[in-house]
Amino acid sequence: MSATFPLSGVLAAGIFGLAVAITVGGAAIAVLSPRIIRSVAGLALCALGLAGLYYFLNSPFLALMEIVIYIGAVCVIIVFGVMLSEPDEPPAPETHRHEIWWGGLALLVSAAIAWGVVRLSLAGPWPAPAAAPADGSVRAIGNALLTTYSLPFELISLVLLVAILGALVIARGGRGKA
Amino acid sequence: MNPALYDRPAVYLVVAALLLAIGVYGLIRRRTLIGMLIAGELIFSAASLNFMALNRFVAPNPVTGQVFVLFLMGLAAAEVAIALSIIIAVYRNYRSIHPKELSELKG
Repeated sequence: MSATFPLSGVLAAGIFGLAVAITVGGAAIAVLSPRIIRSVAGLALCALGLAGLYYFLNSPFLALMEIVIYIGAVCVIIVFGVMLSEPDEPPAPETHRHEIWWGGLALLVSAAIAWGVVRLSLAGPWPAPAAAPADGSVRAIGNALLTTYSLPFELISLVLLVAILGALVIARGGRGKA
Repeated sequence: MNPALYDRPAVYLVVAALLLAIGVYGLIRRRTLIGMLIAGELIFSAASLNFMALNRFVAPNPVTGQVFVLFLMGLAAAEVAIALSIIIAVYRNYRSIHPKELSELKG
């Protein structure tokens, strides 16, 4: 961040904190809300925060793609799925001992994962950040996609084609019964 | 001089770890297929953020991480399309997408 604009450091830190808060908060909403449509909105919030984080990681192109693909495609298609079925969580029989035990187990497992990975990532002596790579631009990505990564590029287009056809075939079957 | 908060790899890695933990929690706790799908997407996002952070700070090649995350996003989109078509097919046959009721193969 250049120092030409007054308070630019504070502004950048504030926006970064906002992006982190939106990411984690959106993920929490996505997982904890009992209404599925709200958790889709939480996923969209989380994607928005992630786009901000990608921007701070020197990749405006990926920030754009995160918004276009996750909010524009994934969340919208999940909303369509919500409209075509009745996905709300059933009113929880939380009094069951089984349910409480299961929730405790989920909390324990995720807390253990969080604790372990956070400790690992805080412990490591990370190298001083390299100077920001000069060229993370769209031009460089395009060159890499068409030279070094041309085979994976073609393969993923094939995967997407097969996924579209497969989704059509699967969702079409049994249509008469409805 | 201390680097700014957004220039420290640990911050990104901690955020990714929290996303992973939240996703695993949702995957275990949710009782509908779409809820589990959303939790899976969170885990995908955690992996992407990790790749991008390590590419930026440890292996500063300008494009490798971005291209990898781009492929990951494409795969996630394909996976969501397939999973939702399966969910719709299941709903059509069972009138429900609660995993507890999909027990035809249970012995």
